[in-house]
Amino acid sequence: MRRPEIKQGHLLAPMNPTHDPAWRGRLTVCVLLLIMLWPILLATEFQPWLLLDAQSLQATGHFLAGFFPPAHGTEFLLIVLEASWQTIAMATAGLTLAFIAAVPMTLIVNEHLSISRIGTGRMSLPATLLRQSVRWLLVLLRSVPELVWALLFVRIVGLGPTAGVLAIALTYCGMLGKVYAEILEASDAHTTDILLQNGSSRLTAFFYGALPSAAAELMSYTIYRWECAIRGSVVMGFVGAGGLGQRMDESMKMLSGAEVSTMLMVFVILVAAADAVSKLFRKSLE
Amino acid sequence: MLQLHDLYVSHPASTGSHAWALAALNLSICAGEQIALIGPSGAGKTTLLHTLACAYRPAQGTYTLFAQQPWSLAQGARHALRRRLFLAPQTPPLPPRQRVVTAVLAGRLPGWSLWRALRNLIKPLEPVAAFDALARFHLQDKLYARVDRLSGGERQRCGLARLLLSDASLLLVDEPLSALDPTLAIQTLQSLQQEARQRNASLICSLHQVELARTHFKRIIGLRDGQIVFDTTQVTDDMIAALYRNAQSDLADQESETSELSPVINDPRCF
Repeated sequence: MRRPEIKQGHLLAPMNPTHDPAWRGRLTVCVLLLIMLWPILLATEFQPWLLLDAQSLQATGHFLAGFFPPAHGTEFLLIVLEASWQTIAMATAGLTLAFIAAVPMTLIVNEHLSISRIGTGRMSLPATLLRQSVRWLLVLLRSVPELVWALLFVRIVGLGPTAGVLAIALTYCGMLGKVYAEILEASDAHTTDILLQNGSSRLTAFFYGALPSAAAELMSYTIYRWECAIRGSVVMGFVGAGGLGQRMDESMKMLSGAEVSTMLMVFVILVAAADAVSKLFRKSLE
Repeated sequence: MLQLHDLYVSHPASTGSHAWALAALNLSICAGEQIALIGPSGAGKTTLLHTLACAYRPAQGTYTLFAQQPWSLAQGARHALRRRLFLAPQTPPLPPRQRVVTAVLAGRLPGWSLWRALRNLIKPLEPVAAFDALARFHLQDKLYARVDRLSGGERQRCGLARLLLSDASLLLVDEPLSALDPTLAIQTLQSLQQEARQRNASLICSLHQVELARTHFKRIIGLRDGQIVFDTTQVTDDMIAALYRNAQSDLADQESETSELSPVINDPRCF
């Protein structure tokens, strides 16, 4: 009986094609967002015109004028080369440690690899608890910024790259674990499911089902994180973790624009190189 | 070898609602038997195969497999039981970037240690076995091709070649011929049945080609609306006609709830 009534009601109120039922909602959300933006601008002391007053312009001008020509003395370039090498080594070592720690956590968190889920759609309680606690560990690891970890480790192990490596390892382990698990869960579960349903173990189902489907995305995300780690290790150099960052900090303090510009160029080259490596790997997986 | 007694299954996706995907099922299958499962779309053929594969847990009733009740076993023992069956789904479960040889040898995985499985990823351990399995389906020249280079029918046969490499004694195959041309369909079905006979495994095969089911299978189970309509070794044309009668218009009826509006279609299914 309910359906005919709905149909009648539908007939009594003819539809107006120019009236979009979603329009009012969209408008409200836009207006609300704009209103919310105002206190945010106040809180962040957003005053772009300060950049344009005479004094700021003069200071910026002096600093930028120093950028050209970039410093290119042999001695300085050798220092930069060594510092870049240290930065790359720090990022790579940190990311490798993070990767080693993240992979087992990803495998634990990944719900597609649950055997207790088959048939019931629910995981057993111990499995759920284990997954949740590892999830929380990942949140904890990545909620502390690498800079804070670095400051902490500089106190413990002293000035130098070791602090940077440890800081990257901890933060990036949290990030890698979370995103790996998400990539794997977003990929098609069918292949893994069937392998599990036919009696394979979790790990073999992972290597034969989930991994080949998601390998390219996992690879490209890992290389992107390596790129982030290079940038991160530069920032940590400012707090004494060595590498390019520390050199840059020194040059900045001495207001030597020429040296800063050389090092900025090195950054651009490093990031471009990471991009090229990522492309190469993805192409080989295609 | 397996018995279903008064079994009710609700589809895992629709928990809570009381529309059973399978209701009041009684079924007994002996070792080495070959059975065709037919019925209109949405009858519950796939759900039945998944239930037999311990992939869906029945809501009521008892399921006995290899003289054990999988759902009263501990999880580990139940998973060990799954090694003795092989479920080949309708869409072949092959990752696009995997090579055919790896995808086929994945049939051996339940019996392999992790170490062997990893070694097989680096260099195929039993390429000859994979080649022979593919040859049974005329696919041997694709041994080292990548799965995403295969056509739909080739993928389907690649999935079945994986079945040949498992050592399961219960073979559950969901519409293995849906992407194959008539000649290939007959050859493929014969290869499957020959394999099942050789290892004395039970073969349960859901099919849409009713004529193929009638000529190649002795025992045929007709399923409709989650219930067994017939389970017999002598199928008549009338039984088939009744099984598929108005299957489409019934569905339409459920949706509109008004039988006058929906036209009664005498669906001429291809059988």
